[in-house]
Amino acid sequence: MNHLQSMRVAFGEALAELGHRNPDVVALDADLAPATKFSLFAEEFPERFFQVGVAEQNMAGIAAGLATVGFVPFIGTFACFASCRIADQVRTSIAQPGLNVKIIGPYSGLLTGNTGKTHQAIEDIATYRSIPNVTIVAPADGVETSLAVDAIADYAGPVYLRLTRDPAPVIFDDTHTFEVGRAYRLREGDALTLISTGSMTPTALEAAVALAQEGLEATVLHVPTIKPLDVNGVVEAARASRCVITVEEHNIYGGLGAAVAEALSEQLPVPVYRVGIKDVFAESGPNALLLEKYGLTARHVVEAARRWVTRWSETRA
Amino acid sequence: MEIDEKEVKLLEARANSVRQQVVRMIANAGAGHPGGSLSATDMIVCLYFKLMNIDPANPDWPDRDRFVLSKGHACPPLYVVLAELGYFPKDHLMTFDHVDSILQGHPDMTKTPGIDMSTGSLGQGLSAGIGMALGARLRGSDYHTYVMLGDGELQEGQIWEAAMSAAKFGLDSLTAIVDTNCLQLVDEVKVIMPSCEPSGGKWRAFGWNVLEMNGHDTRQILTVLDQARRHIGTPTVVIAHTVKGKGVSFMEHNVAWHSRGLTPEELTQALRDLNETGGLTS
Repeated sequence: MNHLQSMRVAFGEALAELGHRNPDVVALDADLAPATKFSLFAEEFPERFFQVGVAEQNMAGIAAGLATVGFVPFIGTFACFASCRIADQVRTSIAQPGLNVKIIGPYSGLLTGNTGKTHQAIEDIATYRSIPNVTIVAPADGVETSLAVDAIADYAGPVYLRLTRDPAPVIFDDTHTFEVGRAYRLREGDALTLISTGSMTPTALEAAVALAQEGLEATVLHVPTIKPLDVNGVVEAARASRCVITVEEHNIYGGLGAAVAEALSEQLPVPVYRVGIKDVFAESGPNALLLEKYGLTARHVVEAARRWVTRWSETRA
Repeated sequence: MEIDEKEVKLLEARANSVRQQVVRMIANAGAGHPGGSLSATDMIVCLYFKLMNIDPANPDWPDRDRFVLSKGHACPPLYVVLAELGYFPKDHLMTFDHVDSILQGHPDMTKTPGIDMSTGSLGQGLSAGIGMALGARLRGSDYHTYVMLGDGELQEGQIWEAAMSAAKFGLDSLTAIVDTNCLQLVDEVKVIMPSCEPSGGKWRAFGWNVLEMNGHDTRQILTVLDQARRHIGTPTVVIAHTVKGKGVSFMEHNVAWHSRGLTPEELTQALRDLNETGGLTS
């Protein structure tokens, strides 16, 4: 078992570190800094930290104004609020003018600390995929989160960074590099291709190990940048197996699976099955039980993979 | 501020010619927001031709004063003023609202030189102005940020989120101007939302310095906005009492002219009104 690290903590440490290197970085919070770990930046740079209270829309707008005068604002709130709640402020005040604001959503997916559907974010990727000019990044672990903070700060334009709340397996070591817009092949195999993002990449890797034991060797493609999608990376990862399963902690409508299916249907039409949330609102509960009930464990990926490979094996033969 | 009467006359004449261009542009486009454009015109003229510290030859000058037209639908007079100052050639004005134009139906800082912030979705400009004012403080610059709001726009919740935070941050380099023309798209502001007006007490309760003026009286505009700029410790809001459709007889106080184009006959009448009165009707 890999050791565990929380992405939000890795984020907070990386942002504070970035603050030392880049004096133009400022941070804005809407009364969640201890949860989003913006607190680590606030402690070191109180003069560059702005507490706006429970007012996410105003936070987004102030960030836009700061960006017009050359600052690199990071704004943070739960992923559900960092997407739907401020969608129009991001669209009009940030994305349309292409302002250099970084939107951080650290409680994405279902794992939001027993808070239930109001605080879960299963629509954030879909929301941001449909807004032009917004780049969407969802790292797989704490190591990649740290790298992503530096990369998005150097990347001109609006970025949405999707993070997971709780400690999760670390899959990358210090040799890993991260580039916005690139997908990463983590495992090679011809039987099927697992394409995953964010916190589900460790799950996809776990499933790939189990499938290998059954004789099904899977390619695993990790897609930390959901938009712009590394279309070439996706096509090449699917070329040998011609059998694709996407894995994400998000609604299957509008998320990674949809993006992959859209790209492949035009470039390399192959069957794509989407493991994700089946267009339902979930509920409160402990992480493990939520992942189990909503079909997001490695076992669910393995079962889907077996079915999908069997169903399409004749076509491919 | 000492008022130079000759300068007042020049600004008034300037505002009248801006109004004439505005109605021409909206007639030419077949669409636009004449009512709120004409109520805002005198203030925009005074800001750009007298009050703001700007350099049209250097539109990206970091220490320039900022202007955010939060009621972005009233952009035609701003476009005319920017063209008059040389931010872009005047022949662009008649392309307003046309495909491929640098002059969009709502302000777009990526297309129009001189626009400090893109706006259009009501309620968002004050927050952007706060970001600019915080930026001035962080940079140690003394530029001033002006944000123009509509009175109907005050119904947006984000305005009051922004109002709270501007006072918290003590942003005395920020002045909000509420173009209080008393009409919104559907009806009178007091009918749509009776508790909206008067807004002065609300701003005061949110921690702002509150001033009032006649938004068509050039002397008052110059005096009061100068007072706002000099105020120390809190942001200032100026409640500007205005007339929607100011200067055009059939538009004044008429809710129908929130958003529509002018027929050629209406344009002729509008220009005749402006020529006769100089825009200085009741």
